[in-house]
Amino acid sequence: MRYETERTRRRGHADTATDTLARGLGIFSIALGIAEVVAPRALARALGMKGQEGLIAGYGVREIATGIGILASKDPTPWIWGRVAGDGLDLATLATALEGRNPKKGNVGIAMAAVAGVTALDVYCAQTLSRESPTPLPPMQDYSDRTGYPGGIEQSHGAAKDFEVPRDFRAPEAMRPYTQPQAPQRPTPSM
Amino acid sequence: MKALVWHGTTDIRCDSVPDPQIEHPRDAIIKVTSCAICGSDLHLYDHFMPGMKSGDIMGHETMGEVVEVGAESKGKLKVGDRVVIPFTIICGECEQCKRGNFSVCERTNRNGHIAAKAFGHTTAGLFGYTHLTGGYAGGQAEYLRVPFADATHIKVPSTLSDEQLLFLSDIFPTGWQAAVQCDIEPTDTVAIWGAGPVGQMAIRSAILLGAKQVIAIDRVPERLDMARAGGAITINFDEESVIERLNELTNGKGPEKCIDSVGMEAHAAGTVDAMYDRVKQATMMETDRPHVLREMAYVCRPAGTLSVPGVYGGLLDKIPFGAIMNKGLTIRTGQTHVNRWTDDLLRRIEEGQIDPSFVITHTVGLEEGPDMYKIFRDKQDGCIKVVLKP
Repeated sequence: MRYETERTRRRGHADTATDTLARGLGIFSIALGIAEVVAPRALARALGMKGQEGLIAGYGVREIATGIGILASKDPTPWIWGRVAGDGLDLATLATALEGRNPKKGNVGIAMAAVAGVTALDVYCAQTLSRESPTPLPPMQDYSDRTGYPGGIEQSHGAAKDFEVPRDFRAPEAMRPYTQPQAPQRPTPSM
Repeated sequence: MKALVWHGTTDIRCDSVPDPQIEHPRDAIIKVTSCAICGSDLHLYDHFMPGMKSGDIMGHETMGEVVEVGAESKGKLKVGDRVVIPFTIICGECEQCKRGNFSVCERTNRNGHIAAKAFGHTTAGLFGYTHLTGGYAGGQAEYLRVPFADATHIKVPSTLSDEQLLFLSDIFPTGWQAAVQCDIEPTDTVAIWGAGPVGQMAIRSAILLGAKQVIAIDRVPERLDMARAGGAITINFDEESVIERLNELTNGKGPEKCIDSVGMEAHAAGTVDAMYDRVKQATMMETDRPHVLREMAYVCRPAGTLSVPGVYGGLLDKIPFGAIMNKGLTIRTGQTHVNRWTDDLLRRIEEGQIDPSFVITHTVGLEEGPDMYKIFRDKQDGCIKVVLKP
């Protein structure tokens, strides 16, 4: 995702630990989203939020989209910030379930604590990724002289043509070009 | 002695461990003068390969000087001999060894029954590469016990440096076998996925064997730079479409020969199948990420060859076998039959056709090994190949 390509080199240093965290959050996002899309009724029942099944499924679609964005993008930073915003929305929605006589307030509390924990991870990840961007990478190593051919490439190209490929390593005869002397000379079949 | 010891996922330490002893009359002990970290060691570092135990000594690219020889190896080796140790332990006597199929030696894997359960049959014992392949101590250490030492060695002359010879242990013959498996014709385009150490050797091998065009696919600028130096056209898969570019370079026909020198940990951000693999691997529903195999099967010219030196460990999903079957592709795979090629490759080094030391980017002491694993894994500091000096 953020190895030292020309593109990442321009945008900043690749910190693979944060990258791994971002990928983990992406996968978590997809898994949670699938659960919300597949079982909104069960979730609504568990949280005492009957009648909000459509909203939960909608949040699931949002989670899946965000997860795909994190895993697919070359720079996941904006998508992780998107997750932070989504966490705020989730907390606000859950808070509404604490009002009134909801018999499942205990479950809602647990859910809010879990979301708060994930929010902390999201904020940490997003901040770390954002901080990295302005840090320049060290200069690229120059390996343009690492040919491996002491006498130059012209001299080495085809230098091993004397090598006889062992029989058990040769391509099947039927796959060899017809132009080769050892290949069967057959006429082109007419249709 | 000091050795690099595996303690768990991404936890390798330079520990003090007991010196190795002769355990069998065919053994020998070598004092290690140089060893290297291999790309396949990273599969152990990240713990994608099963069968490691805390306390296992890492390393399978090793050379040094013989300091002790068991009674049954004395005809073939003597104290003071300079040897490169192939990563495959071979008996030299079984049916497979006699056929030159050294990497599937029938005798040297002392945990062959475990390998047989996983793979159907046993494969050769390997140094420092899980208990599936014998659980033998590896060579990232000051000393190494070499089992079946009368067969498991390559004698090398004193006229060449360690750096020129060390890679006869693995990556040079591995890159070479990958190219030989392609049975290269002078009209062939050879596309090579992964410009790590094995990919770099495969590029040079394809050039030596006379390929018309060699194309290297990676995204790390330094690796692409080194690939270009070796005579390859390069494709940065983060910045352009591999399929489109390969077709463009072959008049829409695709490369005749494709080499996968990536293996089970393919990175391909942004592709649907790569995300699918990530999710499946994270949820323990797939062991390997075979993006490169899929891409090769799709882009390879009909009647072409897929050569796979990259290491795979288990079960792979969504392999387009329809494309492979209908296009009549040949697949050649396997761990490297190191000793089958080393006499010829040693001659080519001596004649100056190739100098494998070009690939070394970092040389450090054994104590710095654990840090170098991380730097190598994360492709930082332009790291392509690390040599350790115990």
